[in-house]
Amino acid sequence: MKTFKMGGVHPEENKISNEAPIEVMPVGSQVAVLMNQHLGAPATPVVQKGERVKVGQLIGEAQAFMCANVHSPVSGTVLKVDTCKDAFGQPKPAVYIAVEGDEWMEEIDRTAEVKRECALTAAEIVAKLKEKGVVGLGGATFPTHIKYSIPEGKKADYLVVNAAECEPYLTSDLRVMLEHAEEICVGISILRTALGGVKAYVGIESNKPQAISVMTQMAATFEGIEVVPLRVKYPQGAEKQLIQAVTGRRVPSGKLPIDAGCVVSNVGTCFAVYEAVQKNKPLIENILTVTGKELPSQHNYLVRIGTTYNEIIRHSIGELPETTGKVISGGTMMGKAVVNLDAPTVKGNASVLVIGEREARRQPETACIRCGKCMDACPMGLEPYLFSALVKGGRFEEARVHNILDCIECGCCFFSCPACKPLTDEIRLGKNKVRALMAAKK
Amino acid sequence: MSQQIIVAVAVLGVLGVLFAVILYFVAQKFKVVEDPLIDEVAEALPGANCGGCGKAGCRAFAEACVAQGSLDGLRCAPGGDAVAARIAELLGCAVEQGEPLVAVVRCNPSNCAGKRLSHYDGLRSCAFEATVYCGESGCPNGCLGCGDCVAACQFEAIVMDEGRGVPVVDAERCAACGACVKACPRGVIELRHKGRKDRRVYVECINREKGAAARKTCANACIGCGKCEKVCPVGAIAVEGNLSYIDHTKCIACRKCVVECPTGAIRDVGFPAPAVKPEAAKVAEAPAAAAVKAE
Amino acid sequence: MNLMKISGSPHVHSDESTRRIMWRVNLALVPALLCAIAYFGLNALLVAVVSVASCVLFQWLIEKYILKVPTTVGDGSAVVTGLLLAFNVPATVSMLWIVVIGALVAIGIGKMAFGGLGKNPFNPALVGRVFLLISFPVQMTTWPVAEGLFPMQFDVASGATPLAAFKEGQLAGVSYWDALLGHIGGSMGEVSALAILIGAAYLLWKKIISWHIPVAFIGTALAMSAVLWWIDPQQYMDPMMTILTGGIMLGACFMATDMVTSPMAKSGQLIFGCGCGLLTIVIRNWGAYPEGVSFAILIMNSVTPLLNRWCKPRRFAS
Repeated sequence: MKTFKMGGVHPEENKISNEAPIEVMPVGSQVAVLMNQHLGAPATPVVQKGERVKVGQLIGEAQAFMCANVHSPVSGTVLKVDTCKDAFGQPKPAVYIAVEGDEWMEEIDRTAEVKRECALTAAEIVAKLKEKGVVGLGGATFPTHIKYSIPEGKKADYLVVNAAECEPYLTSDLRVMLEHAEEICVGISILRTALGGVKAYVGIESNKPQAISVMTQMAATFEGIEVVPLRVKYPQGAEKQLIQAVTGRRVPSGKLPIDAGCVVSNVGTCFAVYEAVQKNKPLIENILTVTGKELPSQHNYLVRIGTTYNEIIRHSIGELPETTGKVISGGTMMGKAVVNLDAPTVKGNASVLVIGEREARRQPETACIRCGKCMDACPMGLEPYLFSALVKGGRFEEARVHNILDCIECGCCFFSCPACKPLTDEIRLGKNKVRALMAAKK
Repeated sequence: MSQQIIVAVAVLGVLGVLFAVILYFVAQKFKVVEDPLIDEVAEALPGANCGGCGKAGCRAFAEACVAQGSLDGLRCAPGGDAVAARIAELLGCAVEQGEPLVAVVRCNPSNCAGKRLSHYDGLRSCAFEATVYCGESGCPNGCLGCGDCVAACQFEAIVMDEGRGVPVVDAERCAACGACVKACPRGVIELRHKGRKDRRVYVECINREKGAAARKTCANACIGCGKCEKVCPVGAIAVEGNLSYIDHTKCIACRKCVVECPTGAIRDVGFPAPAVKPEAAKVAEAPAAAAVKAE
Repeated sequence: MNLMKISGSPHVHSDESTRRIMWRVNLALVPALLCAIAYFGLNALLVAVVSVASCVLFQWLIEKYILKVPTTVGDGSAVVTGLLLAFNVPATVSMLWIVVIGALVAIGIGKMAFGGLGKNPFNPALVGRVFLLISFPVQMTTWPVAEGLFPMQFDVASGATPLAAFKEGQLAGVSYWDALLGHIGGSMGEVSALAILIGAAYLLWKKIISWHIPVAFIGTALAMSAVLWWIDPQQYMDPMMTILTGGIMLGACFMATDMVTSPMAKSGQLIFGCGCGLLTIVIRNWGAYPEGVSFAILIMNSVTPLLNRWCKPRRFAS
């Protein structure tokens, strides 16, 4: 079975919510919709206080290049355009809407019928994705229309669909594949068209045998889609690693997947593409896992963007257990710890993951014994222990020479360090400093 | 026997001369001509290599001074006026007298010690913590308390007040080199005029949230109400982006704003008695006078 | 409810820890220790206990009264040093006070002087052993006759190690089988190659060591001694005997693989292992000492920082 060549770890999988079907989460009485739900500049609010909005109506317009449109996830009246603290306690521009009824924009097709045919050209597809505010749902929330606007002189040979879901705990991709395989395959076909009809590979880790069989059967009824089972290893879902695992190609240091002739999209994104292109539905919902070993029940939900973490917790499990140590948005390896549970969820949130106090606590740091486990675990062939020393000593130029910017922040080094040194933290800090120094030089 | 001694001495002697000649030519070849003035200027500097001047160290600063021939745009903050005067004398140029500065910490969180809202469990670095979230106090702008400034200070002038969770500057030791200002990812620390008799007034907050939100975040936050701006007799205070700022070049340290501030966000340092409103002062004086009479 | 914990990702950690690694190394040393007790009797146990106890005590004293830092003796690294030091001396009661001095040198100079675990450039146990070897040459090379805890039918008449005997030109008829099981004279931990290999297999299984250093070390020693033996079987020792006797097995599996003092990249580990093997054979055949493993490893320890600098892991896509 295929996998990437170098490094990697195997954390406990904990896919305990994999049996829970996707339920629909009801909408609250008020939502705050953040204007930066994507990588890049925030969208500009285009609604005013007192204005009536419908579900799917444009409320934040992308004016910068690296930006994505934001649509209203609810219908109701705009209360105010103000700041709202995000999940990490930082105030961000937001549109507050008081929910009244559930009135959708007329052009959105809300029937369950699957529309397979798509007559749009590549340019039209990209325009549609831009209009509907589709972003990558694998975690980085990179605006999809930019990814599919292939620069002059470059050519895609493969579309690699990331269905590895290598992060522990997360099961939202699995559930989407099981419940919406056909829609996903239509979405993949649309993205293939956008890239000029290239071959598409769907990489799925072998711990999801159901998904592999469902997707393989469905892919057989489409042209140019092949499912590739992958050996379970983290970080399989990282772009460069996935491309290597599936196609054998390697993306060179400092280059993008397109430089190796590949474009990578998450399987959730493919579903969002289907809805945007075939059903005219903007990206206003997340499929989100509510999970944790200490929770009384495990869930997968379809949640409107803007629903707060507290609302999700209240609806699914009532309240957090006494022993809660951490609430994470995303998986345990690359997810972000949430501090403000009153914050609205945004595009790309894949989970509300609750970790117990004991598991969450970091062990005290001890001396490095130069065991080299961080080096063995690094999927990029870097030397985390060295970066740790260089960053502590302020030797950022040396860190740059040793390719610190190649680090994908997967966390394998910290995970495997017997001295519990916060290696990933130190490398991130180092990368920030190196980038700042490079920017200052220019 | 004696012959052996003579041979040994002769061999060593010849070798010695040979090496001396080689050394001489090598020294000539790689001779670096350097202005002796650089050494003199470097000698006059404090030698802490704090980097506050923006140069790599004291020697680099001396080289810059000599290369430029004047002190325009160059100032050694730790050395102050005395060093500036000495360098000016060496360079034979004029020198501007600068007002002495001191680092001030503009944060006084109410969510300190036992009242933290979360527990930061990662790398002890403010620069990193700032990229993760708002910080333990919940303030999106305030001090993170990991002590990057303490580590950056070459003069041991900053210590972390563990109870309040913010650093404290020892004004006596502070050389105003600005290393802490650069180290702080949140811009909490500012270099301000030391003030006459070490008396200074400043806004001890940089929270830029709107009034109600700021107050929710921290009881001591500046809410940008503008009362201080109105009461200031010299127009030294301006409220911008929900935050009041006192211009230290204009402030006369009258402390009217300190009395007026509804959240106590304005700090006065170095005054013998606490600031009180004129009316309140009279009320306070009356019982005191009565007490004196009773004696 | 507790305060919510916040940190950067990742939010989980493997259950690996320095403490666990060190105690596992100790566990891996147990077969060799049992072997030593079986062959040399309770004296071996006594030497081991004194060595371990003094190493732990010295580390505790230094941390408490000189460095004034919280003690780290619980991590088991001082126990590893103590056991390895004991394995490197003859198992006799007269060694006890010498072992205490060795422990002081190993822990005090070999480890704590550099700042403690992880910062020492040389393997502490070997620093202690070499100090003792140079300071007490007679005691350190007076090998006890293996008597055994249990009445076994041993026919080892001489207390000299096969290597010393060979150097003197009188290698007794020791078979490979004797060497493998430990029917030979020598320091207490190095007599049975089999017991050491069992421990090494455990470490390999638990991924505490990788195969690179032991294989490169033993392989190089084997190859080089084979070439010499082929040239002149009278003057040079048989290659199998070369690797089964003396400290090569113990050195290759437990001391050269010390994480702190060996290179981190696999390529560096191969060079390190080859260097150890080469130097061992050179010292054995042309040096003043019959055994060269300790010196070889110490010399290669000093090259480790350079190897770490030169030997980089292969970068992704390069």
